[in-house]
Amino acid sequence: MGLLSKKDAKLITDPLADNNPITLQVLGICSALAITAELKASIVMSVAVLFVLGLGNVVISLMRNIIPSKIRIIVQLIVVATLVIIVDLVLKAFAYELSKTLSVFVGLIITNCIIMGRFEAFALANGPWKSFLDGIGNSLGYAVILIIIGFFRELLGSGTLLGFKVLGDPIEKTGVYAFGYENNGFMLLAPMALITVGIIIWVQRYKNQDLIEEN
Amino acid sequence: MEHLELFFKSIFVDNMVFATFLGMCSYLAVSKKVSTAVGLGAAVIFVMAITVPLNWLLDTYILKDGALVWLGEEYASYDLSFLSFIMFIATIATMVQLVEIIVEKFSPSLYNSLGIFLPLIAVNCAILGGSLFMQSREIQSVGLAFNYGVSSGIGWFLAILAIAAIREKIRYSNVPGPLRGLGITFIITGLMAIGFMSFGGMLTGGEEEAVEEKTAQVETIEEAKNLANNELEIKE
Repeated sequence: MGLLSKKDAKLITDPLADNNPITLQVLGICSALAITAELKASIVMSVAVLFVLGLGNVVISLMRNIIPSKIRIIVQLIVVATLVIIVDLVLKAFAYELSKTLSVFVGLIITNCIIMGRFEAFALANGPWKSFLDGIGNSLGYAVILIIIGFFRELLGSGTLLGFKVLGDPIEKTGVYAFGYENNGFMLLAPMALITVGIIIWVQRYKNQDLIEEN
Repeated sequence: MEHLELFFKSIFVDNMVFATFLGMCSYLAVSKKVSTAVGLGAAVIFVMAITVPLNWLLDTYILKDGALVWLGEEYASYDLSFLSFIMFIATIATMVQLVEIIVEKFSPSLYNSLGIFLPLIAVNCAILGGSLFMQSREIQSVGLAFNYGVSSGIGWFLAILAIAAIREKIRYSNVPGPLRGLGITFIITGLMAIGFMSFGGMLTGGEEEAVEEKTAQVETIEEAKNLANNELEIKE
């Protein structure tokens, strides 16, 4: 690791598993559940959060000494809102269909607790470079979970991945559908997103028993 | 009738937590005890009742395409809707701060019970989500916007109250280790959401699927727009 010292690298790798923003810090759940019925939407959402959190962390960290602590929440919200407007306008310009699918959830990045949580917990106390790494690390951790959920929900729910029919054609009965396989449409509905996250948490904590909570 | 329908629809069919997953973070974080859950839920209803109508006024008279026409004809072509995120969140953050100051001044006992939750609310997705849904569903009047704010707040309150009660009970059960805490809460919420799905046919007679409402909603808005356009054309 020439570019990153060991400590810096830890800032990126930690949130990927043992300090994951979704499954352990319990931040940013709303969007993780609402837009993961398709893999493509989860990827776009992850990129949007990566952009907003990476840049936002740097901006807040640069301003950390001049923000009066009483109004810091408003300042933070304005910074995020500005970044989110940029994301929203870019999406509307280049991926209009997708921005319709994401509907209000792009706007809700503003109140995505991951962003405020990292601002409060990290960017207000650390320099810009470290904050940037922390932002990238946490949004990658967020992205991992989003992509896992999106992958399973799209695969089991509509038999496609990124829109490609990987399991064959359900109407012409090719691929696995020839053996009588049916799409599980329930996976596309809201409740299954919650249960999928529950199962991911289960698997993760089973593998790393240190993470188990007290009852 | 319109009011009643919107009221029940926002509480049960489009429940903030179970249908749109808004406000999940505080829903999971503050639902360990019923008493704190009630405090937060009340604060959410209160703030939503103020911010949704306020943002409706902002949206209708400042942000919408052509909304500035009341200033004079030459302003009719302005479309400031790209500013809506920043306006909404600024309103919410300011209102939360104001409410906090006012409550602290006039009702210290209410402040003591709500106080610690008010700052949390500024970043509760349910509040901003309420305003954004109000915008995207094109709610027609300020009265309906108020109704929508209150009833979505009540829906959220019900959800957090229910999960807090369940979590208080589940402390005495033998949950498998890795599922304890967060995991089981997610799964219970999932099961509750399945339950709430059954309200889907309550008001629409089963015509509209509540679950696919995100995409369906966009379509219906477009349809409504098309219809309106057609009518305009016919009139012309």
